[in-house]
Amino acid sequence: MITIIKYNAGNIGSIKNVLDQLGCESIVSDDTSEILKADKVIFPGVGEASSAMKYLKEKELDKTILSLTQPMLGICLGLQLMCKSTEEGRTECLGIFENTVRKFPPKKKVPHIGWNNFSSTNGTLFHNINNEDDVYYVHSYYANLSKQTIATCNYIQTFSAAIQHKNFYATQFHPEKSAKIGFKILKNFLQL
Amino acid sequence: MLKKRIIPCLDIKNGRTVKGVNFINIKDAGDPIELAGRYVDEGADELVFLDITATIENRKTLIQLVRKIAQNINIPFTVGGGIKSVADVAILINAGADKVSINSAAVKNPLLISEIAQEFGSQCVVAAIDTKYIDRNWKVFVSGGRIETKLETVAWAKQIESLGGGEILLTSMNNDGTKTGFSLDITNEVSQAVNIPVIASGGAGKMHHFHSLFSQTEASAGLAASIFHFNEVAIPTLKNYLNENKIPIRCL
Repeated sequence: MITIIKYNAGNIGSIKNVLDQLGCESIVSDDTSEILKADKVIFPGVGEASSAMKYLKEKELDKTILSLTQPMLGICLGLQLMCKSTEEGRTECLGIFENTVRKFPPKKKVPHIGWNNFSSTNGTLFHNINNEDDVYYVHSYYANLSKQTIATCNYIQTFSAAIQHKNFYATQFHPEKSAKIGFKILKNFLQL
Repeated sequence: MLKKRIIPCLDIKNGRTVKGVNFINIKDAGDPIELAGRYVDEGADELVFLDITATIENRKTLIQLVRKIAQNINIPFTVGGGIKSVADVAILINAGADKVSINSAAVKNPLLISEIAQEFGSQCVVAAIDTKYIDRNWKVFVSGGRIETKLETVAWAKQIESLGGGEILLTSMNNDGTKTGFSLDITNEVSQAVNIPVIASGGAGKMHHFHSLFSQTEASAGLAASIFHFNEVAIPTLKNYLNENKIPIRCL
């Protein structure tokens, strides 16, 4: 059973729809026990960081997430909230990753919207994925690079397309919106 | 490298896809889910669904359709037509739409753009501009292109950006339905004036029209309807052609 963490961010339903398409059982919940007992946890989301962090703290979901030992996958805002801090609303985040999140300088069009490739350095998450394959991004803030970065993307500058620390995985792009490649990445996560 | 996007647009009436040229001879073109699924398989980068009737009775049918699309499709999609309030947007986003496109309602009440952006994020606000070259000026039109406004296109595009719009869907009414190519001049003017992505629409007839669009303007995406519906241009062929001609594009 997969639990998708419910919080005040948009697009939570998209990942549920895609897990359904993959024939994988999942629930959307903000209940601590449902999250703790899941085989795997997904932390998705599109939205604003400071209000999302505030909500997580109010519900004590921050503590729940930090205590997880099973594989967890953060997506987009999920990835950013797993970093140390973000410039968005000057927010202290969960601090699972040592990366920090900054706003893209307006040297090109922002948000970074659309299909872009990434190069992965390692990791089972990208098993059978070609570096030339494109995935779908939509974001105005980016996580910098750290030794926990497992894939990079270049737009305006090089940033973390994916990060991993222990059982915690995260992608800046949206596997649930990345057609067949996205399916492959989600399947890799589900097989961890 | 960020790729240029190819976006088929599906016109929806009573929950069905319709095909027509300039809204004349509208024919039933079948199940939108099937057509959308075909476009996804062919490599469409995103999809846009426009409710061309947008009446209250049809709203429920549209919402059911959006729910079904979300359950069957794994690329981003935008829904537009008749959106007037944050509440309208909430229903569509909750049903699974990634973005909404707003047009006349934003001209009437520009703050609607900010309200939607604050609630759901800029990335989900696609502001549509229907524009026509008239008296040596590109002017904004509303109500499906029937009513001319006082707004000048470039100024309105800048205002959309400052209000928090995430993307601009720019349709040149002069070119729409002509199949003579996109309007490169206004597309370039708008895409240079703003720092948010511009989706060009209106006039696509041949593959080289997309090449001109992407090589001569800063547009991030090209949108078309009939050339894809009538199989005049196949998406894989178009994408291979653009790729061979050095346009960054996602090929399957």
